[in-house]
Amino acid sequence: MSKVLMKGCEAIAEAAIKAGGRGYFCYPITPQTEVAEYLARRMPEVGGVFLQAESEVAASNMIFGAASAGVRVFTTSSSPGISLMQEAMSYITAAELPAVFVNIVRNGPGLGGILPSQGDYFQATRGGGHGDYRMLVLAPSSIQEAVELTMLAFEKADEYRNPVMVLGDGLIGQMMEPVDFSAVPAPNPPDKSSWAVTGAKGRRPHIIKTLYLDPDRSEALNQKLTAKYEMMKQREVRYEAYNMDSGRPLILVAFGTTARVCKTAVDDLKAEGIEVGLFRPISLYPFPMQEIRTLAKKKSVKHFLTVELNTGQMLEDVELAVQGNKPVSFYGRQGGNVPSPSEIVEQCRKYLQ
Amino acid sequence: MAQTTIFRRPESLTDNITHYCPGCTHGVIHRLVAESLDELGLRERAVGVAPVGCAVLAYNYFNCDFLEAAHGRAPAFATGLKRVNPNLIVFTYQGDGDLASIGMAETIHSANRGEKITVIFVNNAIYGMTGGQMAPTTLPHQITTTCPFGRNTDEVGFPVRMVELLSSLKTPGYMVRVGVHTPLHIIEAKKAVRKAFQYQAEGRCYSLVEFLSTCPTNWGKTPWEATEWVEEAMAPYYPLGVFKTPEEDPAVGMV
Repeated sequence: MSKVLMKGCEAIAEAAIKAGGRGYFCYPITPQTEVAEYLARRMPEVGGVFLQAESEVAASNMIFGAASAGVRVFTTSSSPGISLMQEAMSYITAAELPAVFVNIVRNGPGLGGILPSQGDYFQATRGGGHGDYRMLVLAPSSIQEAVELTMLAFEKADEYRNPVMVLGDGLIGQMMEPVDFSAVPAPNPPDKSSWAVTGAKGRRPHIIKTLYLDPDRSEALNQKLTAKYEMMKQREVRYEAYNMDSGRPLILVAFGTTARVCKTAVDDLKAEGIEVGLFRPISLYPFPMQEIRTLAKKKSVKHFLTVELNTGQMLEDVELAVQGNKPVSFYGRQGGNVPSPSEIVEQCRKYLQ
Repeated sequence: MAQTTIFRRPESLTDNITHYCPGCTHGVIHRLVAESLDELGLRERAVGVAPVGCAVLAYNYFNCDFLEAAHGRAPAFATGLKRVNPNLIVFTYQGDGDLASIGMAETIHSANRGEKITVIFVNNAIYGMTGGQMAPTTLPHQITTTCPFGRNTDEVGFPVRMVELLSSLKTPGYMVRVGVHTPLHIIEAKKAVRKAFQYQAEGRCYSLVEFLSTCPTNWGKTPWEATEWVEEAMAPYYPLGVFKTPEEDPAVGMV
């Protein structure tokens, strides 16, 4: 299949269909409502379920119910709506159900606005809801990558029996780019008959629950979940190193849309004969802690500059990774403003003296 | 002389001993649901959704697949499940705090969409599990731990009549309120539960059976006094009866 020009939201919707997503429960919110509009027409064509719920609270709890049946399920929303879904995410994680959540982040806090932001980094990578849990968080920086990571999200959700979040932003959702679906693998859902609720015919009842009043059993669940997250740290770290063939005096650290802009800044500086590296985490949880730590210990690396569409959230993970070995600076824009490449070039010059 | 079994535990119940208080009618209601599933041959297709409240551990007592919902979200769980697998027989089992307070939005919208599920609504006019707080169904002047001087309707309004409220919607098919405080009421209640599951098995409609139930512990009454209180205090405010059937829609003909 040749490339097709698609809007980010619609490409994510089609990727979910191609990944075997057959249950979609949603509530409209800008800048990602196009996902729902696309799926309202598309889902019936593949015999799946599309349902517009009364709220994000209801939509995300419908996801719990549908995931329990063993069907690949997903929902999409944007920041204020994702806040309302935190309840269900906590329960879904505790119940060890697979589900995919896509957050097309908009600027906050509060109602904020409808423009691109990365202000939900903490919420996504620290669990967000109550209790001690994590989700695998994948951050695309192009529409093609949004397609690939959305499809990967379904595989990983099934593999770990844990929710996976695709963390985009208003630009990823609204931008149009050519995408190619031919490279993406066919869905490969595992057998879920050992736990799905399908009716207790010829077997003992399956019970999917999250209440553990016995402290030892509750602790055992926490430790089981922790073991999953440790396995994710071993196997699911994803990142891109750009213009880093050898140690660079300055390394930019950015994800998603911001990394796109940083890439242009790196190219612009290169044209001037100035070499700057870009480290782009693709998995935000697990964070590429060890990879950044190794860089920080290189003699040739003098400085890190973290660039984000917030007031400094991934910055804390970068600082944890660098462990004080090198200075870490921050440049951020908020409110839906996206820095231009020249703005980032200017910032770089500060640390290239 | 040959012995014949004339009364036994339904297959849809486990042999676990329930945690419910003496005189509470949850056990009777569990049995009516289980008998109906048995008689209609639905146990092997059934999935229950437990609430947060006294019945949170219902899956320990029912011998069928079960989910345990977040507080008030049982209708959303049931919606997701039934939509992706319409062959399942999905029922929620919810108390008044779960269904009529925190889950009011999910209740109204699942009913209004006409989800093909069966809702077992246990109204005992109080929050049982957390120890006797005011519910949306607490009667005027009724004393609870959070209205120690009695429910003041000037401040918190009158109790919600859920069956009447949902019957004002056009979509929901079967709306009925029953009691389980006398053997005669139990017989009538059984017919309603069976009918509700029958409608779902036929793929017909959303149905809700509201039970007037007892909470002797938090009402501060003996089990016997509690059954009398259902008759004397609850039933006058919450009239028993069939409010809506899929065959007869009171809204038909209204302009």
